[in-house]
Amino acid sequence: MERMPVWADVVLIPLISLLLAAGLSALVILAIGESPVAAFQLMVDGALMRSAGWGYTLYYATNFMFTGLAVSVAFHARMFNIGGEGQAMLGGLGVALACLYIPWPHWSLAILGSAFGAALFGAAWALIPAWLQAKRGSHIVITTIMFNFIAAALLNYVLVNVLRPVGAMDPATAKFPEPTHLPTFRDMFSTAETILFRGAPANVSFFLALAACVLVWLLIWRTKLGYEIRAQGFSESGARYAGISPSRIIVISMLISGGLAGMMAVNSTQGEAERLILNMTEGAGFIGIAVALMGRNHPFGVFLAALLFGFLYQGGAELALWTNIPRELIVVIQALVILFTGALDNMVRMPLERIFLALRRKEA
Amino acid sequence: MTVMTRILGAAAALALSAGASLAEPALIFDLGGKFDKSFNEAAYNGAKRWAEETGSTFREIELQSEAQREQALRRFAEAGANPVIMTGFAFGNVLSEVAPDYPDTKFAIIDMVVDQPNVRSVVFNEHEGSFLVGMMAAMASKSGTVGFIGGMDIPLIRKFACGYVQGVKAANPDAKVIQNMTGTTPAAWNDPVKGSELTKAQISQGADVVYAAAGGTGVGVLQTAADENILSIGVDSNQNYMHPGKVLTSMLKRVDNAVYDAMTAGPDMETGFNVMGIANGGISFAMDENNASLVSDKMLAVTYKAALDIATGAVSVHDYMSDNTCPVE
Repeated sequence: MERMPVWADVVLIPLISLLLAAGLSALVILAIGESPVAAFQLMVDGALMRSAGWGYTLYYATNFMFTGLAVSVAFHARMFNIGGEGQAMLGGLGVALACLYIPWPHWSLAILGSAFGAALFGAAWALIPAWLQAKRGSHIVITTIMFNFIAAALLNYVLVNVLRPVGAMDPATAKFPEPTHLPTFRDMFSTAETILFRGAPANVSFFLALAACVLVWLLIWRTKLGYEIRAQGFSESGARYAGISPSRIIVISMLISGGLAGMMAVNSTQGEAERLILNMTEGAGFIGIAVALMGRNHPFGVFLAALLFGFLYQGGAELALWTNIPRELIVVIQALVILFTGALDNMVRMPLERIFLALRRKEA
Repeated sequence: MTVMTRILGAAAALALSAGASLAEPALIFDLGGKFDKSFNEAAYNGAKRWAEETGSTFREIELQSEAQREQALRRFAEAGANPVIMTGFAFGNVLSEVAPDYPDTKFAIIDMVVDQPNVRSVVFNEHEGSFLVGMMAAMASKSGTVGFIGGMDIPLIRKFACGYVQGVKAANPDAKVIQNMTGTTPAAWNDPVKGSELTKAQISQGADVVYAAAGGTGVGVLQTAADENILSIGVDSNQNYMHPGKVLTSMLKRVDNAVYDAMTAGPDMETGFNVMGIANGGISFAMDENNASLVSDKMLAVTYKAALDIATGAVSVHDYMSDNTCPVE
């Protein structure tokens, strides 16, 4: 089958999907008697027109970048890792232990230590499903999703019984010590006269996420290991014939994937809450799947898709603040975008492919 | 052109509505949501009552994520909402950081103490109300064994339990109290099935009056108690109507009054430590036509006397949260 030009695959399809989702969302808002134009205006204004709004958009985007990269690395080896949620929870545990029990002198060292702890715990959580897939053939989708539940129960147990300070009501750890607090965008970009990013949670781990994007690109397209991962993804038998061990690639790609998902916790746990709370992931592990699908598993695409979802989250919060659109319908709008860009990809792709095919025949 | 004017018109309308929102009070619901049949809903009812009586409007938001706690506080404060009211202890950390940034805005937090000059901290003497319903439970019990079912195992709920046990022992020193907690996570606030199982277990141990201090879980407790033909005690709101003739009484925690008072006071709201107890009507127990036949005049007289003694300070009920211990089991 002939293929579409790259620009259509990378730009046109997500754009059309997005427009369809926006159209349906507008109908939903109309149906409950609010103005879609005003709602969209509000979302843009709240998420992109103020520095604090950007601070939230970028904070959410940082989470989604890590989990999106996690899904895409595994996907290059044709592993569908939907355990990002659980791996991120364990990553949170790694961050909390690193921040609480090691006396860091300065945040710059603390972020290295906590990122390492997060990646280590996240990777360890991905190791078991990966090993089961590689050696026993247990399907990765089933095991990773089950491991999400185990991670939630484990985090629950640890927070309630081990790490919760005496007399506290919240199932959460104590506040991390002062030297581990990461500089927020407000600390970094405000001058004496103008305060930027006031109160917004975006912090220095955004740059960690950008670095992760670059490193993943280097890994997948510029290293031998990345070549092996892609070869395994294209054809396992072909890779085996070329002397690549499938079980080794499965385990390694899942370890990298779990590590990336875990590093999300640096942003949400150390950067924002500054303590480990029970629902620290807030569904970012699952949003990562949509981000990776929409970003075509390319780090730059993941970056753009993460920004879009960050905008949707922050814009959704603005809608909740200033309109009477109920919380459930805001989730519906967010879900429509995920549905169209992620799940219903082929609905747009197949007619488009046919159109391009017809155009090409005419030329020929 | 037309599209452009429409967009501009929408923007103008938006700017107008933002301007009109000045000095409105704002209410922030915790992650449990507005209609939880319990705590948040009581707060909403108070705000609704205020809005209906004064014909004014208020801003509200149901949170979707943890990061929105601080965001909602700041955005409402920046838009000029005053006072900003929030329900639940989970806001404590965030509010103590945000409040100093907006010295001209008044904040009210329910169920938590935040020590800032512009914050009203509303806490309830739940132990006093639990003491009263504990006395009623002991007097209504024929077996001499009564039960307590808590929601999430946190100091606040142990405070309920401790007051309840003290009340039971005050009315009948030989009575036995069986205590259970539903769980250790926020999910324990909304697990009616587990509540029902715990009730059955307590009945098999001889309990014939059960007090549920468990949010949505209590619905299952009250239902099972009614099905098994024993008495139950509701919490927070008046739940007597849920099973007429089967619910002995309800311990009332007037979260609605706290919200109503704060909104009525408006930007001039007095700040500081605000204790709602029996003395100022923040805590009481529910009597209506649904439970009139269950409570004898003698029981009522004894309970009212105890309420008066607590209000005047003649009797003091130990508060579990003051030292994290309870003198009686």
